[in-house]
Parts: sequence; C-alpha cells; structure tokens
Amino acid sequence: MKNKSINPSFKVVGDYNLQRNEGVPLDLDWVMSSQANTSAIERRASTFSARRSVKKNYQAAWLLRAIRCIDLTTLAGDDTVGRVHRLCDKAANPVRKSILESLAVSEINVGAVCVYHDMIETAVKRLEGIGIPVAAVSTGFPAGLSPMRLRVAEIEDSVQAGADEIDIVISRRNVLTQNWTALYEEIRSFRQACGDAHMKTILATGELGSLRNIARTSLVCMMAGADFIKTSTGKESVNATLPVSLVMVRAIRDYHDQTGYKVGYKPAGGISKAKGSLTYLSLIKEELGNEWLSPDLFRFGASSLLSDIERQLEHFVTGAYSATHRHPMA
Amino acid sequence: MNVNQILQTMDYGTAPEASDKATEWLASHKGKFGHYINGNFTKHENLFLTHNPATLQPLAQISQASSKSVKAAIKAARLVQPKWEKLGGHGRAKILYALARYMQKHSRLFATLETLDNGKPIRESRDIDIPLVQRHFYYHAGMAQLMASEMPDAQAVGVCGQIIPWNFPLLMLSWKIAPALAMGNTVVLKPAEYTSLTALLFAEACQQVGVPDGVVNIVTGDGGVGEMIVSDPDIDKIAFTGSTDVGRKIRQSTAGSRKSLTLELGGKSPFIVFDDADLDSAVEGLVDAIWFNQGQVCCAGSRLLVQEGVAERLYNKIKRRMKTLRLGDPMDKSIDLGAIVDPKQLDRISKLVTENSKGDLFQVKENMPETGCFYPPTLITGLSSSDSLMQEEIFGPVLAATTFRTPDEATKLANDTRYGLAASIWSENVNLCLGLAPKLKAGVIWINGTNMFDASAGFGGMRESGFGREGGWEGLQAYTKPTQNRERLDPILPKIGSNTAQCEIDRTAKLYIGGKQSRPDSGYSRPVFDANGIFCGDAPMASRKDIRNAVEAAENAAAWSASNGHIRAQILYYIAENLSARANEFASRINNLTGGKTGSQEVNASIDRLFTYAAWADKFDGAVRNVPIEGLALKLNEPVGKIGALCPDDFPLLGIVTIMAAGLAMGNRMILISSEPYPLVATDLYQILDTSDVPKGTVSILTGSHKDLSDTMAKHMGLDAVWSFSSSDVSQIIQDGSATNLKRTWVNYGFQTEWSGTPSEAHRFLEASTEIKTVWIPFGEG
Repeated sequence: MKNKSINPSFKVVGDYNLQRNEGVPLDLDWVMSSQANTSAIERRASTFSARRSVKKNYQAAWLLRAIRCIDLTTLAGDDTVGRVHRLCDKAANPVRKSILESLAVSEINVGAVCVYHDMIETAVKRLEGIGIPVAAVSTGFPAGLSPMRLRVAEIEDSVQAGADEIDIVISRRNVLTQNWTALYEEIRSFRQACGDAHMKTILATGELGSLRNIARTSLVCMMAGADFIKTSTGKESVNATLPVSLVMVRAIRDYHDQTGYKVGYKPAGGISKAKGSLTYLSLIKEELGNEWLSPDLFRFGASSLLSDIERQLEHFVTGAYSATHRHPMA
Repeated sequence: MNVNQILQTMDYGTAPEASDKATEWLASHKGKFGHYINGNFTKHENLFLTHNPATLQPLAQISQASSKSVKAAIKAARLVQPKWEKLGGHGRAKILYALARYMQKHSRLFATLETLDNGKPIRESRDIDIPLVQRHFYYHAGMAQLMASEMPDAQAVGVCGQIIPWNFPLLMLSWKIAPALAMGNTVVLKPAEYTSLTALLFAEACQQVGVPDGVVNIVTGDGGVGEMIVSDPDIDKIAFTGSTDVGRKIRQSTAGSRKSLTLELGGKSPFIVFDDADLDSAVEGLVDAIWFNQGQVCCAGSRLLVQEGVAERLYNKIKRRMKTLRLGDPMDKSIDLGAIVDPKQLDRISKLVTENSKGDLFQVKENMPETGCFYPPTLITGLSSSDSLMQEEIFGPVLAATTFRTPDEATKLANDTRYGLAASIWSENVNLCLGLAPKLKAGVIWINGTNMFDASAGFGGMRESGFGREGGWEGLQAYTKPTQNRERLDPILPKIGSNTAQCEIDRTAKLYIGGKQSRPDSGYSRPVFDANGIFCGDAPMASRKDIRNAVEAAENAAAWSASNGHIRAQILYYIAENLSARANEFASRINNLTGGKTGSQEVNASIDRLFTYAAWADKFDGAVRNVPIEGLALKLNEPVGKIGALCPDDFPLLGIVTIMAAGLAMGNRMILISSEPYPLVATDLYQILDTSDVPKGTVSILTGSHKDLSDTMAKHMGLDAVWSFSSSDVSQIIQDGSATNLKRTWVNYGFQTEWSGTPSEAHRFLEASTEIKTVWIPFGEG
C-alpha cells in the first residue's frame, strides 16, 4: 500500500470516503434478540487458522496489509516526548527500506498512532505532512469511571488538541446490569463530543461476562454512532480473542444489513504474532469481505506485532530466519 | 501475481500440500496392488484403475478379488483367530496401541493419500479423519486391556467380514477394525472400490507393527467381492456401512444364518433451527453439516427445518456464506469443498437436483474447476415434505429446506422420514433443546452443533438407518457374544385329544388387543387339549389383520414410551401382585397343559421375573461419555418402540412374562404371540393385565400359528423390532421379512434360551428392549 494513496492534507481519518455511521435509535427488540452461542463460536473461531493459509508472496502482501492496519500504540505512564517521537517515526517507516525494495513496494505506513491525551500535540506535530492520523484514548481510559462531564470534556480537549480519532471506553456496569438505554445515551454523548473526529468504542470485552453481552453491546455501540467497535483497552486480563472478534464482526455485518452503515473493527491487545494477524485478516475477509480489509474499517491495536511482521517479511525476502535487532525499534 | 497486485485483490492464492511422499509410496508398489492376506501382499489379479477424482487421473491399479482370494483371506482369519483371542487383552492392547502410534507418526502420508484417492479437502483428512482414526485405535487399545475385567461373560464373535464405504475410507476402517481386534476377533475387510489405497497402506502398518499374520486381511474389489464375504458360511459376523439398499440385501441374504449383523446406513438427517438460535452459528453448523466432505456423509444435516419467522433471514445468511466457500483442488489447504468421489456419484447428484422442479434453487457456480469431479454447494428452499428432495438421500452438497411453526411441528417434520441416523437442534433455550432430543427418532443428536464424533460415544442409526452402534462400550456388543453355549431346541407340538366339553359354563378365550378382548378376525379357533388329551378350551387363531390391529393399538399407546420408570415399575409390581393372587390357578393350568409338575415353580419364577424387571425399570441408566469437548455426550437408553415377539413354546408363562416385563420396563409396547402349543396360559394372563392398570394397547396378546404370524410381523413397517423364541423354525422368515423397514431382530435360530434367569441374561433383554441414543451437548458461556 503506497503512501501516495493517502491524502497528506487530511485531518480526519484516512482517505475515507465511506459514509460515517450516524447511528440509529436504540432498538431494544433487536438488541435482545441477538444471540451468541459460546461453544459454536469457539469451534468456528478455532478453524480460521486451519481453513485458510496464505503462502509466499501472498503472505508478504497480507503482512503488508496488516501493517497498514496497525494502530501503533503507546499507553504507558512513562511516555515522554522522546518516546512518542520514536513511535511516530516508526509509524512513518514501519519496514526497513531494503525489505520494501525487495518486495517492489515503494512506501507504507501504519493505520494510526495511538497515545494518551497529553501526547496528542507531540504526535500531531511529529507526523505533520505524513498523513498518519493520531488517535487518543479518552473518557477516563481505561476504567471509564471518572465523572461524566470530565469524560465528555476530555474528548473535546483531545479533539481540540488535534486528535483525528478518539478511542472511548464504555461503562461496563451498564452492560453488566443490562442498562442498555444508559449505555446508548452515554455513547451518544461521546459521539456528539467527538464531532468530526472518528469514534472508536472500546467494549472492554474481557469485563463483559459473556459473548452474548458482547454481541448486544456491539449493537448498542453502533446504534449510538460508533465508527469503530474495539475489543479492549489492553489493560484487561483478557484482550482480543478470535471468538470475541467473531461475535463483534457478525454484529457489524448485521448492523450493515439493517442500516446500510459500515462500521469498523479494531481488535486490541494480545495480537503479537504475524501468523495471528493473518488469521485476523482472514476472519475479516471471510465474515465481512475484502472491503473491510482496509485501515478505514479495520485496525489492529498492537505494540509488538509490527516487530514480528518485519521479521517474517525479511524471512520472505531472504529465505533465512530473521532476528529482532535487525529491525529499527518503535 | 506480485505483491502489489495481491494487495489490490487480497486473494488467498494457493497453498498446496505436497503429495510427493504419497506418490512415492504408490510407486514403491509399482502402482499395482494385490490383496493383503495372511500378512502378505498377494500377487495382483484382475486389475482395475483407481482415480484421483479431482483430476480424473489414474492413481494406481488394484485387484478385483476372486472367490479364491476371498476364501483364502477368510481361511487365514479363521486359522489365527483362536490364537489372537488367546493372546489376551493386554497383548492385543499393545498391538492396537502400536497401530495408533504408527498412524500418528505417519499421519501426513495417510492424509495426503486419502485426499488423493477420495477427493476430500486435505484440511479434513489432516484435521478430522486421521486424528479420529488415531483416537479410535487408542480408545480400543484400552478396551482390549479392560475386556477381561469388565466383560467377563463376553468372548469374541470370531471372523468378521467388514465392508466399508468410500466417504471416510480410513476412518470407517478404524471404526470396524479397532473394536473387532480389541475383542479378539479377526477380520476380512473390503474397502470401497473407489477408495482402497489407505486400507492398503494400513495393511503395511499392520506388517510394520507386528499384527500377527491373518488377523487383518484386506481384499479389494467391487460389490461382488462384498457379496462373497457376506455369503461365505465361515464368516461369523458382518459389519456393513453403506447404502440402505445394499444393507437391506445383506439383511435378506444373511437371514437365519446366525451371522451377527450390524448395519450403518443412509440418512436424511434434520437440522432444526429455532427462532431464538444463534443464526450465524447455525449457518456455520450447516457448513459442517452439509458441506463437510462435499455432503457425502451418512449423517449429513441435509434437511433444514427452520422456524418460519426467521427463515428468510437464515436463508440469506446461508446464501452469503455459500459464496465464501472455496471449492477446488482438495490438496489446497484453503479449500472447503473438494471433489465428488466419482463421476457416477456426480451424475447421481446432478440428476436428483435437475429432476426437481420444486422450490427455489440457489447454487454458487463461480470458480468451479474446469476439470475434475466437482459439484457446487446448493440450497433449495421452499420445499415440502412431499418433495422427493426432502425424502431421498442425495449424498452430495445439496441442502433442502422447509419451514415449521412450533416445536411440535418441528418434531413431526423431523421424524417424517424412513431414516433415523442423526439430528441437529439449534436454539438458545435449554428447555427446548433437551425436551426435543428424546422425541427425535435418531441415533445421534447434536445440540447447537453437528457432526461431532468420538470413539467413546456410540454412533449408529434407528429405523432404516440401520442397527448396531460403533464407538463406546455399546460398540463392543457387535464384536462379542455370550460365553455360554446353547442346545438345539426341539419343536414342541400341541397335545392331541378328543373334543369333549368339560366346563359347566363355556369359557371363551379371546385375543387381547388394545385393552379389549376381541374375537379373531379370521373367525377360526382351534381346540386345545391337555396333556391327557382332554379338551380345555378353544384358542383363537389370530391372522394378519389381528396383528395389524394390535400394532395400531400399540401406536395409540405411545404415552407408555414417554412415561417414567417409576410408573412402569409400579405397574409391573402390580401385575406380579395380581398374578400371585392367582398363582395356584396358573400353576395347575401349566401342569395340566404341559403334563409337567413344575407349574408352581414357573409361576413363582414369573413373579420373581416381574419383580426383576420392575426393579430395573428405573435403574437401567444411561451414561455420560468421556468425549474431548467442553460439554456432555449422553448415552440414553430409549425404548425401541413397538416390539412384536413370538413367545417360547416351552415355559408358556415364564417366557411371555419375561419378554413382556423387560419390554414394558424399558417403555416398549408389546405385541406378544403366545406359546403355540399352550395358548391358554397367555389368555388367562390378559385377565391379570386387565386388573393391573396396564394402559390399553401397551400389551396385546395373540394366539395362533407362529409360522403364519411371523411373516406378517416381520414385514410390518409399523413394528420396530421382532423377537422370536419359538420352537418353530421361523428365524429366517423373520430376518428376511425385517428387511422391509430394517427393524431390529432377535431370534433364537432354533436354539434354546436360558429362561431360568442369570443376571447376564436379564441384561440381554434390557439391551434388546432399548435403543441407544447419543446426545451431544456442548456448553459454556463466556
């Protein structure tokens, strides 16, 4: 994927010509009729890696596509300007030039850089003219338990600071107590605060108790206007899994069928291997189709995945297994 | 395509599995195979070609067995059988374990060869078939080890003739050979002529791991070779997996021969989706149900029944999913549907679909390979049960669909078939799922799942899907027999006398049908004389119409089969109580008619027997099988249904009471033909039933000629089983006639039965009175 395919002057995510999801009124009948059979979903999820296999130049291409969809992330208490600069530079040059040349691919960058609010301006400045959107986690990330007015204000501040995308967290308690109306209204408020910035809704699936809850929460988030639904903050004990992903992308498909809106999907946390990223891409291709295999509709929330993909790409190019230290660190 | 182009299309490309090792193996045999007899590969004979259905290119030449070769194989198996059995459980376990290990060590070779020969996707042979094969040998190594301690009254049947189909060549081989060997039998196995190669590779495995010569013999060829095995007098048991038509022929040709028989036949299994199901998961279930192995699966969920309110939604989801199924070179790891096994099968599928003009046809024909034997995934919606595609087994990737309104209607539509192999139920309502499972006529039920198999869980059909189970403890029944030997049973003839009335008031014995005493339809009776030739009364001569009426009455007494063991026990105890009250009368009746002195003993034994089966009524439990999933596989003992029985001529009371009590205890409805020479004991018995709260139609008692009635009973399609303990030689008639609907038969072949009652004998009656259903309940929420 070449850099020139991205409009360098854009401020809102990507070369995104899709109509945004404007949301629909909360439809509780629909929400409650949504089912998720854990055992059957686990069985289906377990076959993705065995049912599809991409080899050789196909694998190289798919891995490049995976890079294109990465939200390169740093969300640590010890983040500094220097750290964020290094991350942004890596985002702009995720793969060593010589490898790209061997693949006859000119340039590539990642889907976005994802930081805390305080690092937005640093990132925006460092990425100026490069065309990589900056995403900020928000709304009292990761627990989402700060006062509502502060959570809304945080979004507004982040948008003001130049964030193109806002990753919000939902109040898990509304799911656990089945208070769908409250959940819907909360996300609706966040969406309003986002304005033109795209909103990724983090479900924190590891804390929702069941796949059924995840299916229903996905629908409510989309009804309330999420541009993306995202699995996790990366801080829960269980992050993105294939069964959870299957449930969420099926919800996206149903929502698209019913409303015509295309909502993106972002699994986050726990995807650190190139092979795993291929399985995710295959899951997306199978369940949602090729259109979703783009950063406009699919992102990996990952920090260490890129490094493994780089090694696999070098292996493809040279035929010899690679080592981490041969690739510039993020 | 270069990387930039692929980035545009995001195609998968190809991921071919290498087949060079399999090709090398074929070359090492110069592409020509004889049979495997007595530990050696024979010289080839009457060679014919076997093809790769994906390319239609020949793979190898295999031999069409002559009768000489078949005889040689059977002889080798016969000679070594006693030695193999004597080797003992541990000795056999070690060999089976070595086979399991061998299959693991060479799994890729077996998988690639299977795919080359059969056309199934390499993913399926690699991830499903071969691992299940290994599992089967491991599991049965354990069964060999435990046989002596856990099955003390069992011994090997002897030499087993095993005929297997082409859809799961090696898996079906393992289902047949592993339990047979574990129990000390030796085998002559015939693989299907389309797919013999992995069986021949398995023969090499037998050589390598040291299976004693002659224990496993493999002869190749077409159905003619199968017939030679079936008809050979030196075969003790036939196990067949294949079509219902061939199964029927085997039933007929082995009728009365004392060859033990198990049949695993066709199906038209329902896949039932309720409106509260996880529809997306149900769609994936369908992929595994009807597009697994190109739909060439006996238990394929080929009949979709969907609740009307969600039908359109589900159909749309299925259609979308069908478009992402990848059809093509089965050696490609990313292929979902491979090749149909043979052009003949392809023609058959095409013909069945083309001839159908009903409903709406949906097929995904894009990206069909230009050569090779392929059929596109197909969905036909809007069919009715009257359409032949809802009734006929297609054995291809064709899903036929219709709708239902209520759970009750779903049950009726599901059971509206001659078959009874498997069923899938999809609903998030546990009450609905578990409530429906016992009502479906199928040997295997999957709840929110499909096509789950394991060596520890019985697999097999009801109705015309065959009989016998494979897997689990229940699967061993087919490969064992009781250790006791039986004596010949001489015919017992009615006493002869002169017709002199003896009663002050005439006593009229009648037939007992549907809870009523009724005169025989024929209008004939025959005089019954006691041992001294004195007239005792007239016994009605039942005819075919009385059988019809009794079966109809039994049909209307279905509630008994749904009743619980506690209720059934109470009624059996009550019968015993009432019999006890008239014990002297029955004792003298028996003595009078038979001329013996043991009447009182027989009555006491009968009361004892009623207590025994009353006791068992709520204790013949099912089991939970140890399957490798998160969930349960329940083994349920269900009533067979409507059983017709020719009661023994000797023991005119104990015989009929034993049969009746065992059958009733397990929830069956019984049509009993009394002892032919001594019918008046049975006609006395119905008076006891009349006073013991036995629901009407649950038991009918008929008197008459065993020979005349056996054929009608055997052929009656409404009966689920027929038993005979008659001293008339009717075993052949019954087993031959039973082929109509493949009802279960239990006949004495003119040998005695132990009525005095040992515990193992009591169990045999319980086992014959029950049909095993395996219910898979995967679970979990998270």
